Amino acid sequence: MIDVLLFWEFAKIGLFCVGGGYASMPLIQASVVDTYHWLSMSEFVDIFTISQMTPGPIGINAATFAGTKVDGICGAVAATIGFVAPSFILGIILARLFFKYGDIGPIRGILNGLRPAVVALICGAGISFILLALWNSETLPSDWSGIDLSGALILGLSVIAIRRKISVISVLTGSGILGLILGLLHG
Amino acid sequence: MEPSYTLPVRNRSFYWKLFKSTFIISAFTVGGGFVIIPLLKTKYVDEYGWISDTETLNLVAIAQSMPGVVAANAAVLLGYRMAGIVGTIVALLATVLPPLITLSVISYFYDLFAANPYIQMILKGMQCGATALIINVAIDLVAKQLRKKLLLPILIILGTFAANFFFDVNIMLLILIDGILGLIWMRNAKYN
Repeated sequence: MIDVLLFWEFAKIGLFCVGGGYASMPLIQASVVDTYHWLSMSEFVDIFTISQMTPGPIGINAATFAGTKVDGICGAVAATIGFVAPSFILGIILARLFFKYGDIGPIRGILNGLRPAVVALICGAGISFILLALWNSETLPSDWSGIDLSGALILGLSVIAIRRKISVISVLTGSGILGLILGLLHG
Repeated sequence: MEPSYTLPVRNRSFYWKLFKSTFIISAFTVGGGFVIIPLLKTKYVDEYGWISDTETLNLVAIAQSMPGVVAANAAVLLGYRMAGIVGTIVALLATVLPPLITLSVISYFYDLFAANPYIQMILKGMQCGATALIINVAIDLVAKQLRKKLLLPILIILGTFAANFFFDVNIMLLILIDGILGLIWMRNAKYN
């Protein structure tokens, strides 16, 4: 039964995520972390990290990871198939329409409305990431002074590195090593 | 001049070639749809000549605008054009299987190692790096919308953010509302 729920939840996510990999994250977070607690926020951020370093789109990676957590390999397959099911059905419909009419006019308007929406949702996910990284908290912390200084240092350096076009893999590897060094110094 | 091409003959050797080339590209491409698509194009269009360049570009534009993972969408649309439903299934499977296998293995090791204190320090550091990545994406996206100097997209950003972050409104509901707003008021090309 849990596999049916996984399939259904990820099918909804697949249907509503418009605008590439990052757009799927707020949806996955809302369902997998906030509603069903299949993953903690920390595990969710780890999947995001892992996805940046391994082949495959983040949405499929997150579906597989969450599915495995909930029900092993069956869960992984159910979640992943669910996630791509809307692509499969809509893709075939759109391909047929496109070959028939050569235009997908009204869809443009919908997309123009969705693009800024996705921007807003990604900003929201970004703030959840910051709260977890610096305050180890999933909600707005009551005490802002409890900030993790080594986390803030790594975050600041990483932002600078990315703005200077250093590759994602190098930034993540570097921040991992820095995390280990600072952790050892602290402990 | 568009180079001439013929739709592939749908026999077992074609399906196997389609599966193999797509699987290998999906298995070794880090970075999602925007990296995978040019590679698929190179294989399908330039090397095998299964589909025309223009048609691929059009289909990729649809893949990027429909919901779901861009790489999977591209596989469905291109697979369908080249070889109907069976082509779709073959291309989609070949796209999805590599991350499915990789991530199943990784999540097994994750459970094994995540409790180790040293691994935790590394993961904690990487979480900060990943946060930097998403901040960077968010800044770029907001800047791009602001540069358009249009009121409606900015209102949508502010309204959606507030509803989502402060009032916990269901994300799918927000997407539906914003899609309808776009359909009614944002069909003009200046919003593209």
